Amino acid sequence: MIPFPLHLESLLGKPLMYLVFLLIGFLFGYVLEISGFNHSPSLAAQFYFKSLRVFKVFFTAIVVGMLLLFASSAIGLLDYNLIWVNPTYLWPGIVGGLIMGAGFIIGGFCPGTSLVALATLKIDGIFFVLGGLVGVFLFGETVDFFKYFFNGSYFGRVTLMDVFNLPTGIIVILVTLMALLMFVGGEQLEKIYGGKDPKKAPKARYYGAVVLVLVAVVIAIIGQPTTDDRWARLAPLRESDLTNREVYIDPGELLDTFHDHKLNLIMLDVRNEADYNLFHLLDAENILPLDIPGSIDEFIAQPANTVFVVMSNDEKHATEVWKMLTSQAVPNVYILSGGINNWLDTFATPYEQGFCGDVKPAEEEELHYEFDAALGSNCPAAYPDHDKYDLEYEKKIELDLKRAPVGGGCG
Amino acid sequence: MAENTSHKSDKFQIKNLFNRPTQPYANPYLGGVLLGLVLFASYFITGNGLGASAGMSRFAAFIEDLIAPEHVDQVPYLIKMAGGQLNPLDSWLVIVTGGVIIGGFVSGVIHGRTKFETNKGPNISNQTRWLFAFLGGILFTYGARLARGCTSGQALSGGATLSAGSWVVMFSIFGGAYALAYFARRLWN
Repeated sequence: MIPFPLHLESLLGKPLMYLVFLLIGFLFGYVLEISGFNHSPSLAAQFYFKSLRVFKVFFTAIVVGMLLLFASSAIGLLDYNLIWVNPTYLWPGIVGGLIMGAGFIIGGFCPGTSLVALATLKIDGIFFVLGGLVGVFLFGETVDFFKYFFNGSYFGRVTLMDVFNLPTGIIVILVTLMALLMFVGGEQLEKIYGGKDPKKAPKARYYGAVVLVLVAVVIAIIGQPTTDDRWARLAPLRESDLTNREVYIDPGELLDTFHDHKLNLIMLDVRNEADYNLFHLLDAENILPLDIPGSIDEFIAQPANTVFVVMSNDEKHATEVWKMLTSQAVPNVYILSGGINNWLDTFATPYEQGFCGDVKPAEEEELHYEFDAALGSNCPAAYPDHDKYDLEYEKKIELDLKRAPVGGGCG
Repeated sequence: MAENTSHKSDKFQIKNLFNRPTQPYANPYLGGVLLGLVLFASYFITGNGLGASAGMSRFAAFIEDLIAPEHVDQVPYLIKMAGGQLNPLDSWLVIVTGGVIIGGFVSGVIHGRTKFETNKGPNISNQTRWLFAFLGGILFTYGARLARGCTSGQALSGGATLSAGSWVVMFSIFGGAYALAYFARRLWN
């Protein structure tokens, strides 16, 4: 099991959880202040090349944070799937960013720094914060006029690894090198425009730079955990769920779940398209096992009351997909016991039987029913009449709400 | 006589708290390492990064809700935060923002940097600085809500987690600032 991040609310309760956030905010504000971020001329100076101290702090923080994040992910301590990675809204991001840049050079602050300035009684900071409140008000009043733009160009959880199609470790190394190059260039600019002699800066920063690059290289060598690695870590805990049939649900339970409005039911039919077209449950999505990895982020982002039920003709493929989903931290995944074959054995009516005659013996993961027409979900067995069946079963579905908050970030 | 001296020394201590000698800021690379550690700790423990504009946004919604609650219930952007009985301040984002203010204050006091003053370029008046700080604040926060995050939430946090959108926002912020730097130079130089 990957231990971090924690689900603080269920571990500590809300008041203590808030205390943790308060402490984090405290440290954030403290470090911003000691780094001089309450001083607007220093912040603005970045853009005149006289002093690049703010860039140095900023990019050092990004690199250090990134290295720690991906190092702890590489060794299986932190689950990258469960931390908040800002989703990409391309054009609102670009336009909003440009506007922020204008606000930065005119106002001399950004929200975080303005709060620290306000906290240390800088009057210009106080005015910036007041302006900020007005800005939020204006946004609320006007966003409706361009709501399609605001909600458009949405690409979901996209990382630099996805964009450049490079492994995480390579991106980490490249970002680290880029930052170090910027520091070198920055110090030269400070010398030219600001008259600062880089030779006066402590030599320790060279050792620091070497350490950063080494850590990046180690991260690249270890690599990020694959699904198999994740399952290997998880197996001691979850293998029993399979052997004790804890996650296999009866067709009767699935039928009842159709009508349980407290749950968001998502059915994943992982068979090939041909079988899916012959017969599938109403509202079941057809998704092949090789397409599962690309959908993990989307599944994790579903609301907390989502239950996934995976199904194949028997259980073998569905179980493989269950392992993939569960090891990638998708919560509340179950498997249809006996698969589609068992479902049809339970719910097939004369209508379906008219299309396929007798049940034939078959290989593993083959459909027992030889349909001579593709019924899809246009038949009674795809959505059995709830009133007709009163099946007994052992209830297995139980919502697991313990996972890190995925909604959030500064948005 | 004895009471007078002790009374004086109490006042002396409290006055001293806010009159500590002003110390220079920390080495930037060291500050960066510390900031990176705080950022990592936040993700490691809570799964969320740092942020500031969302806290301000919720505080603004709170104020609007006090003044005109019926209006808040009609603005889609605000309903999510403050519509009906929702308390916009009941959010970890607001708590972090509160912590930032407290942490900044404490650090400022310890290092003798908490004092009423206006920082500005040498060639403008305080009032000019205040006006442009106010205007800049309006502009920046408007942009931050549009981009769904500011330099802390998108550039710093999203940057470290390698979110593609966050890097786009980061470069847009710098691009916008550099583009206008020449026109704003009188404010700072």
